Amino acid sequence: MLANGWRLERVVLQVLVSVVAVAMLYPVLWLLSSSLKPSYDIFTDPSLWVHHLTFANYVSGWKGIGGYTFARFFLNSTVVAGLSVAGNVLACSLTAYALARLHFPLRRLWFALVAMTMMLPFHVTLIPQYLIYHELGWINTILPLVVPHWLGGDAFFIIMLVQFMRGIPRELDESARIDGCGVWGIFAKIVFPLCVPAVITTMLFTFYWVWDDFFSQMIYLNDVSRFTVPLGLNSMVDQSGNSNWGGLFAMSVLSLLPVVVLFLACQRYFVEGIVTTGLK
Amino acid sequence: MRQVAISLERSLARPRRRSVRSLQEAVAAYAFMLPWLVGFFGLAVGPMAASLYLSLTDYSLLAPPHFIGVANYVRIFTQDPSFYQSLRVTTLYVLLSVPCRLLFALAVAMALDQGIRAVGLYRTIYYIPSLMGGSVAVALVWKKVFGYDGVFNHFLSLFGWQGMDWVANPKTVLYTIVGLSVWQFGSAMLIFLAGLKQIPAELYEAASVDGASRVRRFVSITLPLLTPTILFNLVMGIISSFQNFTSGYIIGDGRGGPLQSTLFYTLNLYLQGFSYFHMGYAAALAWVMLIILALLTWLLFATQRYWVFYFDGQEKG
Repeated sequence: MLANGWRLERVVLQVLVSVVAVAMLYPVLWLLSSSLKPSYDIFTDPSLWVHHLTFANYVSGWKGIGGYTFARFFLNSTVVAGLSVAGNVLACSLTAYALARLHFPLRRLWFALVAMTMMLPFHVTLIPQYLIYHELGWINTILPLVVPHWLGGDAFFIIMLVQFMRGIPRELDESARIDGCGVWGIFAKIVFPLCVPAVITTMLFTFYWVWDDFFSQMIYLNDVSRFTVPLGLNSMVDQSGNSNWGGLFAMSVLSLLPVVVLFLACQRYFVEGIVTTGLK
Repeated sequence: MRQVAISLERSLARPRRRSVRSLQEAVAAYAFMLPWLVGFFGLAVGPMAASLYLSLTDYSLLAPPHFIGVANYVRIFTQDPSFYQSLRVTTLYVLLSVPCRLLFALAVAMALDQGIRAVGLYRTIYYIPSLMGGSVAVALVWKKVFGYDGVFNHFLSLFGWQGMDWVANPKTVLYTIVGLSVWQFGSAMLIFLAGLKQIPAELYEAASVDGASRVRRFVSITLPLLTPTILFNLVMGIISSFQNFTSGYIIGDGRGGPLQSTLFYTLNLYLQGFSYFHMGYAAALAWVMLIILALLTWLLFATQRYWVFYFDGQEKG
């Protein structure tokens, strides 16, 4: 009797969890199906089923704005994201190695400062940073978006890498030192290769934050030829108002695709990153 | 073999050699940290000092900054209705979205922890909104889902309810933005799931033997042991929600409309700094925001001894 009650409860729970899951996914599925519907169907037919399959939205959306197609926006986004990922991995892992493995004066203080910058809202430094980039003539280039990553701007990853490096046995360092490795050699040949899981997490999150970033890209890029995907999407609304939602949805689907594919392929690293550092 | 070699080397190393090595190591450490140090001073400490100075000036990017003392701060608190409006919008958003997101996250994490089938699949599905929710693309979808001819109204009409344009209505638009935030409960859920896994099973077994009901077990075991996780999620949730920008900008009209109902704090700051070029004033707004966030964080940590429970055995368990 008791066992039966327990079982029923589980079935109910399972059904409930599934219903919530479908509700959660509904907006995403609706976006996908709308992008494949002719525009006259999008707002009249709320079902997910596509009655008249068409790729016209993808063709019209791809045309972009201001004479630039989405090929340009995707290229720009990819360049910004790629350079940011490379910089972040290098700067964060170097800093993390020093903080986790080397003995030097003020180490604790530096670690505390890294942790503090994690909580610092970037708005406090926004205006002076803008002025610096303005002075350097970097406005309307990708440099203000990329350079901070080469300077270890995301303290989250430093903390995560430090935690990971502390777990690597120190005996490996010692034996490498005896084999004649210097500090750099130990980093490059021992510690960094063993950190690959944490490095992958860093890469994935950096990519996806930069790919989805809107605020900084809007502030620093004004010329349509420099636009990234989020800026392209945003200006399609500005310009066409209500007219081409089909094209907008099609490009939205394409813009979400890289992030979703990466997530599904590397889920383990995402979960690891969220659980250890509370990344979003 | 290696152990022997290590201890041999240690005993042979003379004090002087060791100090040379430690000096080398310190130099190497600072070399490794060089990129971060440049960023820390050039992009964080320096600009923070500069922004503090700018907040005391009238500066429009065209003419050099003109020192005006605390006039910007006085204006913020006494003569700027848009500051209070942005604070009202943001506070309402934080107060609604952060607790709702945490409640949802905890409820779903508890449900997934009951040993149902295909947990991995559900975890993936629930996380997907967190993955894409911050993007312009999803904010655009949201704007249409809650528009007059959107899916949400179609859904309501199934029950015979008359919908409206939730996004154009200044009374309701903020709730759609809160909804978008709550929809992204997946990352908090993953953190809760990890927290639940750390609670020793013996505690539940002991409680069951003593005849504790499920509600009792939740209140007396699960909830207290999750309070550190709740604190962590609360702090991170408040800090990030307070800085929300994209969803308000896209779902609203980008200028705070309709009727300033989407004038988030950061949007107000952006408009002041980058549309009206009141750079000094925007810097002052940023400092006020930093102080508000610091106070909130301090408050949460200061009160934690009354409600956050650190279980000694948790480390070992």
